[in-house]
Order: sequence, then C-alpha cells, then structure tokens
Amino acid sequence: MDNLLWIFISALLVNNFVLAYFLGLCPFLGVSNSLETSARLGLATTFVMLVTAVCAWLLNTYVLVYAPYLRLICFIVVIASTVQFIEMLIKKLSPALFRAMGIFLPLITTNCAILGLAIFATNRGYGFWEGIVYALGAGIGFTLALVLLAGLREESELSDIPKLIQGTAMNLIIAGILSMAFMGFAGLFSHT
Amino acid sequence: MKQNQSREELVKGIWRDNPVFAQVLGMCPMLAVTNSAINAVAMGMATFFVLVGSSFLVSTFRHLIPKQVRISCFIIIIATFVTIADYTLLAVVPALHKELGAFIPLIVANCLILGRQEAFASRHPTKLAVLDAVGMASGFLLALLSLGAVREILGDGALFGIRLFGENFEPWVIMILPPGGFLTLGVILLFFNWFKTKKDEFLEDVAAAQRSEG
Repeated sequence: MDNLLWIFISALLVNNFVLAYFLGLCPFLGVSNSLETSARLGLATTFVMLVTAVCAWLLNTYVLVYAPYLRLICFIVVIASTVQFIEMLIKKLSPALFRAMGIFLPLITTNCAILGLAIFATNRGYGFWEGIVYALGAGIGFTLALVLLAGLREESELSDIPKLIQGTAMNLIIAGILSMAFMGFAGLFSHT
Repeated sequence: MKQNQSREELVKGIWRDNPVFAQVLGMCPMLAVTNSAINAVAMGMATFFVLVGSSFLVSTFRHLIPKQVRISCFIIIIATFVTIADYTLLAVVPALHKELGAFIPLIVANCLILGRQEAFASRHPTKLAVLDAVGMASGFLLALLSLGAVREILGDGALFGIRLFGENFEPWVIMILPPGGFLTLGVILLFFNWFKTKKDEFLEDVAAAQRSEG
C-alpha cells in the first residue's frame, strides 16, 4: 500500500511528466491558452494513460517476453488502435462525453507522454496495479501542470508584455519557473 | 534552377526554418537530454539517422503507401529505424545509452520526424527528400548542441567534460536541472525573435530607401 502511494505522489509531483521529464510538451505549449480546453485535454490524457497502462501490461506479460525487439512497434500500434477503438465506442455510447474529450483523443495517441509512460512503466517493472496507479498519477500531474500554465497565460493576456517576448519564449520561461517551484517537492520523501 | 532548388532544400532547415528555433518542433527530446553537450550530440546523431533513413524510405515508396493509412505506415517505418538506433547505441556506447535512457525510444514520438514525412518526404522525389532531411536534422543537431553547450558551461563549468574555468567557479546547478532547460530555450528563442525582428526592420528600411531614391 505504501508503495502504491509513493508511486502516485512521485508521478504526480516529484517527477511530474511535464515539468521534470519534459514529456508532452507539444500540447503543453500548444493548447494551454484557455483553462477549459486544458482541463479537458488533461482529462483525455489521463484516460488514454490508463488505457496505455493496461495495454503495456498485457503486452509485456503475454507478447514481449518472446520478442523484446518488437517493443516499440508493438506499443505504438496497440495503443493507437485501442484508443481509436475506444473513441468509436464513446461516440456511440455517450455523445456528451465524446464532445468533452473526443476531439483530443486522436491528437494524443502518439504523444510522447503516452509512449513515455509505457516505456517508463516497463523499465521499472511495474505490475498491473502499480501501472494503473502510475498512470493515474502521471495523468493528474500532467493536467495539473497544464491547468497551472493555462491560468498564468490567461492572466498574462491582460498585462502589458513587450511584443518580442510574447508567445513561446514567454511560455517557456513561465514553465521554467513552474518547474523550479515543483523542484521543491523533491524533498517530500526522504528515501531516494 | 535544379541546382538551386536542391541547395535551397538543404540549407533552409539549418537556419531559416530551423525545426527548433523557428518551428518549435521536437521539444521533448530537445529539453530532456541537453544537460550536457555530449548527450546532446548523441541525441542529435540518433535523430539524424532516423530522420534521413525514414525520409529516404517514405519518399521512395510514396506511390505504394495508401493514402488512408499513411500515418500508420510512417510511424512503423520510423519505429523500425528508432529500434535500430537504440540497439546500435546500446552495443557501441553502453554508458551513453544508459544516460539517455528512455529518451532514445521516445525519438519515435518526435513530432519533427513525423512532420517532415507528412509535409515533405511523402510528396517529393527521393533526392530532394533526403536533402531536406539532412538539412532539418542538421538544424536540429545544431539547436541541441547550442542548448547543451550553454547548459553544461553554466551548470557545470565544463564543455564536453573539459573544465573551462578555474577552481573558484561556482556551478550554476539549476541550469543542468529541468528548470534550466526551459529557461535556456526561452532565452534562446527570445534572441531568435529579436534577430528576426531586427532583420525585417532592416529589410524594410532598405526597401523604403530604394523607393525614395527611385
């Protein structure tokens, strides 16, 4: 139990996917201009991460023990098609849920945060439940970072900022400061 | 004319359409591995190999790949090259491979590579596609190297592991930690913007002067 909690907090704060591992930066910088969109993107990403964790565990247990060199191709193909399948399923079953996060699903299937989650979970030898908890922590951490940046960006639109620094340059500097703040969590656990 | 176009495709990726500074693509590997110059070079070389190899294959087979499933085909081609690069690095430089860790397989998710296949290699003949890939990959390598060098010099007081300053240098450790990556790239982009604005102003001035003369 302690172990699961530690995995969750570690993925959520200490080793935040965006701010410590630089994964999923494209949506992080691209979509974070409004709070609502980024919250929805975060939700969709968390969902895909959970699917990924299950896929990665199944593949690792039943397929990749026999052919480790196919790891990368297997992960990509299986994750992309599962997400596509679930997208169709949601569209049929719940149009409201589809409107909330459907349009983001195809965008994030080949995102590096998703693939990174599968690879990290494999490298650390996580089991089924550990993988699920890890995905949950990483997804919520991603949402947290996205929402924080979106809030700061909405605020900055009302301020008088030199034209030169507007856009990506400023977003990166804001992200740097956020990342520095998140480094404070590194002391949260005494063991390494 | 033909000669000019080939050179144009090769050169544009290095500065004008630089994948990182001008198009802001491929950020994830860019920031994650540039905490030292040697890591940056290894990452740049691996990306170079993958980009040139997959551009070559995609443009050679561009008439055979069905349009509806082209993205999946591109990804499988890219993933194959990434697997080759991963195992080659593991065999040749195991220490470096360990340091780069999960970020070698993650080259496959680099939007720069998929972007070039979709926007260029799938629509142009092999020779141009390879030249374009070489140009873009060199631009990416250049960007990685400049970021890696800045961060290593400031954060560690060294370049390629060689000490640059005396004993009294106090390393600015934050630069090799994650926040340093964001901050350095932000400042570099700022300089790039500044340079571009100045150049545009200069060109406008020249045009205005010519008009008033004429």
